[in-house]
Amino acid sequence: MTQTLGGGETVVFWVLGPIALAGALGMVLSRNAVHSALWLVNTMLAFGVFYVIQEAPFLGAVQIIVYTGAIMILFLFVLMLVGRDTSDSVVETLRGQRVAAIILGIGFAGLVGAGIARATEDLPTDGLGDPGGAGNIPAISELLFTKYLLAFEVTSALLITAAVGAMVLAHIEREPGSRLSQKELSRARFLSERQGTLPGPGVFARANSVAVPAILPDGRVAEESLATGLEPQEPDEMPRPTGRGQLGSPDAALGTLDPAPLEGRDR
Amino acid sequence: MTLSWYLVLAAILFTIGAVGVLVRRNAIVVFMCVELMLNSVNLTLVTFARANGTVDGQIMAFFVMVVAAAEVVVGLAIIMSIYRTRRSASVDDANLLKY
Repeated sequence: MTQTLGGGETVVFWVLGPIALAGALGMVLSRNAVHSALWLVNTMLAFGVFYVIQEAPFLGAVQIIVYTGAIMILFLFVLMLVGRDTSDSVVETLRGQRVAAIILGIGFAGLVGAGIARATEDLPTDGLGDPGGAGNIPAISELLFTKYLLAFEVTSALLITAAVGAMVLAHIEREPGSRLSQKELSRARFLSERQGTLPGPGVFARANSVAVPAILPDGRVAEESLATGLEPQEPDEMPRPTGRGQLGSPDAALGTLDPAPLEGRDR
Repeated sequence: MTLSWYLVLAAILFTIGAVGVLVRRNAIVVFMCVELMLNSVNLTLVTFARANGTVDGQIMAFFVMVVAAAEVVVGLAIIMSIYRTRRSASVDDANLLKY
């Protein structure tokens, strides 16, 4: 006896099913790990809606709160800590592994999908009745605290073990005294040649890009202000504000790199 | 539309997750693929719970979620400690356990 599901559920399934599928494919195919995480969030949200329309509203809420809200944010946190630019290498360690994996995947999906489709063709849709709607949480809690009480208690032990394990694994033991204290840092700075702070990028320069080094008041480039990790590049610079009368022609005043006389600056 | 469509979708998503585990080299993305596989199994459990008319399947999915959360916490901590010593999150670089 095959029961067809309601029209609303059919629409939701055929809208969200491709979205979940696209999220899964995007996760596997996107090279950037952050994009992968966001695609997976997409799939998780679709799953949450699936649970709700499958008469499991509590599980749907837990899915959205725990999976998309906590686990995926944890993933993103670790991605940002580990460095999101550690993108995947395209080098195959085992030759032909990728092709073999894809063929295996297509074969597995065909086999399992067709098998499940054939085997569950006339799956009865009894439905849960009241436990699938307003009585979902009472039904779950009743089972959880009677029939599955032992598993529930063991779960608490598992969670505590996981938390302690994560702390032990992520903990760094530092020798006391291996980091400079604030007092020592301050003393070292006053004993150095430059007591003040370093000039920020673009100080006295004619552009405010970080690629522009600071210029000392006498026109030299301050070496300390060179931005690290940036290729030196020619930024769009404003013309140096010199008085036209000092240099003669208006063209000569535009874009000269000579240090202008100090009294010529009107900043 | 019958309930078997949910199962077929879950099977396809499980396969995509499995292929991702085999293909991707970034350890965090591999973990995400494992999460996708766990989720598709959850969808199967919920669907069968509905077909059978009992809540037991939902409770099993609930436990799968709890175990997945614990697994993610420990796994990400391991990835972070590997990254600290090796400056890489690639599963190919963490091959020194075999020596």
